Amino acid sequence: MSDITAEELMAITASRLLTDHKVVFAGVGMPLLASAVARHRHAPHLTIVLEGGIIGTSLRPGQLPISTNEMRAAYGAQMLTDITDIFLYAQRGFFDYGFLGAAQVDMYGNINTSVIGSMERPRVRLPGSGGANDIISLCNEVLIVTQHEPRRFVERVDFVTSPGYLSGGESRARSGLLAGRLGAVVTDLALLDFEPASRRMRLCALQPGVTVGQVREQTGFELLLGDEITELTPPSAEEVAIYRELRDGRVAVETP
Amino acid sequence: MEHVAVLAARAERETAGRRTVDKRMTAEAAVQLIRDGDHVAIGGTLYSRTPMALVFALLRQRRRHLTVSRPLACYEIELFLSTGALDRIVSSWVGIGLPWGLPAIFRHYAERGEVEYDEWSHLAMGLRYKAGAMGVPFLPSLTMLGSDLATRLDLQTVTCPYTGQRLAAVPALNPDVALIHAHRADMFGNVQVDGYQHMDVDMARAARTVIVSAEQIVSPEQIAARPDRTMLPHFAVDAVVAAPYGAYPHECYGRYGPDLQHFDAYAVAAKQDGPAAGLRYVEQNADVDFASFLAAAGPARLAELAADAEELMPR
Repeated sequence: MSDITAEELMAITASRLLTDHKVVFAGVGMPLLASAVARHRHAPHLTIVLEGGIIGTSLRPGQLPISTNEMRAAYGAQMLTDITDIFLYAQRGFFDYGFLGAAQVDMYGNINTSVIGSMERPRVRLPGSGGANDIISLCNEVLIVTQHEPRRFVERVDFVTSPGYLSGGESRARSGLLAGRLGAVVTDLALLDFEPASRRMRLCALQPGVTVGQVREQTGFELLLGDEITELTPPSAEEVAIYRELRDGRVAVETP
Repeated sequence: MEHVAVLAARAERETAGRRTVDKRMTAEAAVQLIRDGDHVAIGGTLYSRTPMALVFALLRQRRRHLTVSRPLACYEIELFLSTGALDRIVSSWVGIGLPWGLPAIFRHYAERGEVEYDEWSHLAMGLRYKAGAMGVPFLPSLTMLGSDLATRLDLQTVTCPYTGQRLAAVPALNPDVALIHAHRADMFGNVQVDGYQHMDVDMARAARTVIVSAEQIVSPEQIAARPDRTMLPHFAVDAVVAAPYGAYPHECYGRYGPDLQHFDAYAVAAKQDGPAAGLRYVEQNADVDFASFLAAAGPARLAELAADAEELMPR
């Protein structure tokens, strides 16, 4: 499957981390697609929640929402409520997974989606937190999915929009964030997690054909290495087919 | 950060009239309730159920020094910026939507320090309106703790008197005016919405003045036939404006989908010409009356968007 895009690889890798009978709080784009792939493949009882107020959405293939607040996001939903209410379910502990992307992420899993450069003199003013700060603070386990490049994987984020393990160790809990943990970081090169004591990012597994050296090269800080670094199973034809059908709709088979 | 006196907002609500009278008026008359320097909260979220007919009427007035708050802001923010109406944005996210990339006009002002952007988390926005709606000065929450968002906004924490747990004290927000678009309202201001409520209920109950536009003005009997759909009671509403397609080019749940082609054209122009494109957009689309704006889109296009919505509804 050499024609697989980085986005497909990340979404399929992430989808495998979602288990059946759980609740996932997903954003639009890749997190939603990854969640939908899981539901269609191995986790039929996975409940997808969107911050617009939607509980239990099922996607219409080829009709993915661009915003979690639009009608398309509610297709097949079991419940519609208001936005604040959705986050209060998260604060209560109902959401097993939270799913985030990142413009910048650092070695402690802190995420920046606010500003590149300084807040006083921004080089780029980004749109902002949206629900990201809440998702990382309130969900039981957070998955970060992002492309692996040095400008994203930085030693220190320019601005902590969404707190990961802050400065490591017990600093997250000391800030008052007593619940929630960061699970995996999924990239197009690797699967990573956070070492339990230092809370620093740690390499666990490689995408097929990728070397440790390549991952290090694309990471702007010193990565911890897991005891045993495995290779991830490549996406199967079935997974890719499910992903593409969800994204593009049912593609008619052309007859020659 | 502005510190809002919840008690002052309450005192105003205590003494304000609650007469059950016909509150219907035009959008032009309704926006006269908004003054220079006001904090205007805009209902809906991103491009869903945005009160565009009211927003366009307000843009037409060229008010100055406004603060605008929204859960997630869409390109209407850029229109306020391009006409020089806006000093401050209070939101958790400002953009158009993922396919359109970073918002060029917002960046122009924000990166030059020409607009303040108080960036809260999404839940914090919701709790700010909710605290305002509840008549309390803050609500405790686990949101924003440990983040630079909290430091930048000088967000305070409280210690729980029972458990000693540390919590964020999210301050109440009582906007001067809330603009809300709804599916149905009667002349007294009983308001019904289908589908998503976004943060509209708390936003409206927190506000000092509430202006509601509605797709349909219905009789009080029609409201009473489905009282479970009523989102706001008449005594919480100050003005009612009839506005069919009043969220266009944004979407209105079950009525019409968003006009994404309209967004495309806007985003291309904004990337090319920056604030000049924003101003041109306002002159072409908002400075005319809303009926002419809809007529320019054309009945065929509006019917198409209505069919899109119809297709997505549960049956």
